[in-house]
Amino acid sequence: MSSILIVPIRPVDHAELASLAGPLEASFHLPAAIEERNYLDPSFALDSYRSQFNSTAIIVKLLERFPHFDGKILGITAVDLFVPVLTYVFGEAQLDGKAAVVSTFRLREEFFGLDADPKLERTRLLKEAIHELGHTFGLIHCRNYDCVMHSSTSVEEVDLKPTDFCEDCRKQFVHAD
Amino acid sequence: MAEKKSAPHSILIVDDEKIVRDSLTKWFKQDGYRVEAAEDATHALKLMAEGPWEVILLDIKMPGISGLELQKRLVELDKAAAIIMITAFASVESAVQALKEGAFDYVTKPIDPDHLSHLVANALKQRTLEEENIKLREHISDVSKTSDIVGESQQLKKVLEMAKNVAQTDTTVMLRGESGTGKELIARAIHANSSRRYFPIIAVNCGAVAESLLESELFGHEKGAFTGAQYRRKGKFELADGGTIFLDEVGTISQKMQIQLLRVIESKQFSRVGGNDVISSDFRVICATNGDLEAAVKQGIFREDLYYRLNVFSIFIPPLRERRYDIPLLAQYFVHKYAAMMHKQVNEISAAALDILVQYHWPGNVRELENVIERAMVLATPSAIQQSDLPFQLAPNVQSAYGESLSAMERAHIESILLKNNWNISRSAEILEIDRVTLYNKISKYGLKKP
Repeated sequence: MSSILIVPIRPVDHAELASLAGPLEASFHLPAAIEERNYLDPSFALDSYRSQFNSTAIIVKLLERFPHFDGKILGITAVDLFVPVLTYVFGEAQLDGKAAVVSTFRLREEFFGLDADPKLERTRLLKEAIHELGHTFGLIHCRNYDCVMHSSTSVEEVDLKPTDFCEDCRKQFVHAD
Repeated sequence: MAEKKSAPHSILIVDDEKIVRDSLTKWFKQDGYRVEAAEDATHALKLMAEGPWEVILLDIKMPGISGLELQKRLVELDKAAAIIMITAFASVESAVQALKEGAFDYVTKPIDPDHLSHLVANALKQRTLEEENIKLREHISDVSKTSDIVGESQQLKKVLEMAKNVAQTDTTVMLRGESGTGKELIARAIHANSSRRYFPIIAVNCGAVAESLLESELFGHEKGAFTGAQYRRKGKFELADGGTIFLDEVGTISQKMQIQLLRVIESKQFSRVGGNDVISSDFRVICATNGDLEAAVKQGIFREDLYYRLNVFSIFIPPLRERRYDIPLLAQYFVHKYAAMMHKQVNEISAAALDILVQYHWPGNVRELENVIERAMVLATPSAIQQSDLPFQLAPNVQSAYGESLSAMERAHIESILLKNNWNISRSAEILEIDRVTLYNKISKYGLKKP
């Protein structure tokens, strides 16, 4: 039986991270657990010139850290992530693979100079977590606006989409499982 | 955005940095694209064989053949590909150069993901529109093809050859030929084969418009230019801008209009009736006449200068009786046309009926033939047009060999009455309501002989 392992990548808001387990279990029908002891320090992935952390390197590290885990590994962090050719990413996942990482950095209202909105920010994190895990189950971006797999490169687009899969993606996802 | 059901969009990434290739490949794969990546020009050119690639992301700065040089070669291989240049730093000069060479856009590394996804979506959209545009243009070309011109005769082939040759130029063309020979079809064929084909061809029948109205018809008029001119109206010359104006029956226009016409054709400028603004229009002139313009020039009815202006390249369309070879083909063509229009199971013409059609002298040319077939199709019963379906006037007539003059008609009529009555002079004279002496005189006058 497969399961989801949520790995803190420090710094990270633990309460926020803890709020993910229940909804993820409901969404994927899989047990989700938080890795309490073996957290990750992402400093190895820091690009000091960009002051950002390389998400691809983090994914490699997650795979090294849990070589025998046969479920999906989801790293959560508060630092800003990037892949070398892009200015930033909300998260990154291995398509049809094992590991994914999501950052809360650009999901914060404060990032845009607004007042914090914890409820909204948690919802955004949940959407991105489901989205990236969706990729690890082999799902690609969905054209349907009403699907969590819809591509989003801005928070406005994250806010527009729901936390659920559309019917088509759900079907593919069930087959892939 | 990638579609899951239809074939995925394709992207080719060309960059010498592995990390860039890998991360972009991954990013676009998650978006559902078909992605390939090349590390240099050689590999990229090799991958072109696996295309077509709808979007090509191309690094400007690469060792060996530069991105700019590669761009040119890629465009040679696939003009339709939308090329987006990637620059490591904002080197505006080379980016501008790339855009001049036809790149869709450029991005600087690192790329804003939001920007990239919109850019690629726009590139795909533009490519789709361009493809659609090409398809539609091809469709229009097909539609405007000269499929309505039917015939295999040498005479017609020569006409079409001339039309094709003159079409490429912007030369003024004069079409000569009897009424119904298809002058307008040839005019449309010339237009359809010219570089003006995506602009309108405007036909004006100069003979059909009242003299007083022709001026406003051709040049348009301003509101209030004359009683009843309630709105400004564009004239035919203005509507033909970029295209062709076809002046049918140009020999019928008045002396006054001839002067105006000459001026417009020479200057390509005119004013609307009742207006002061000078309007320029870029048009080609094709005119047609079924009359003897040379005679009209001699008589002083048609201006000589206009005649020479119009008669730059003239094409004579032979009357149908001079290309009888085409009659069966044309007849068959019209039978199919009207069978489809009338939903009738009539697809043939009986040998006897066809004989009559071929022998008739067709004063009304192709138009008459079409009308005859249309009428016959109404009457015909499946599966062929019979002799009895043809109009009475077409019954075998011998006069065709001698022309249409009254004496020719008389000769033919007398001959046929004599034949019908087995050359019985008294009975024939009775039927003709002339006396026997007169009949004898006519027989000797026309040189008729008992068969």
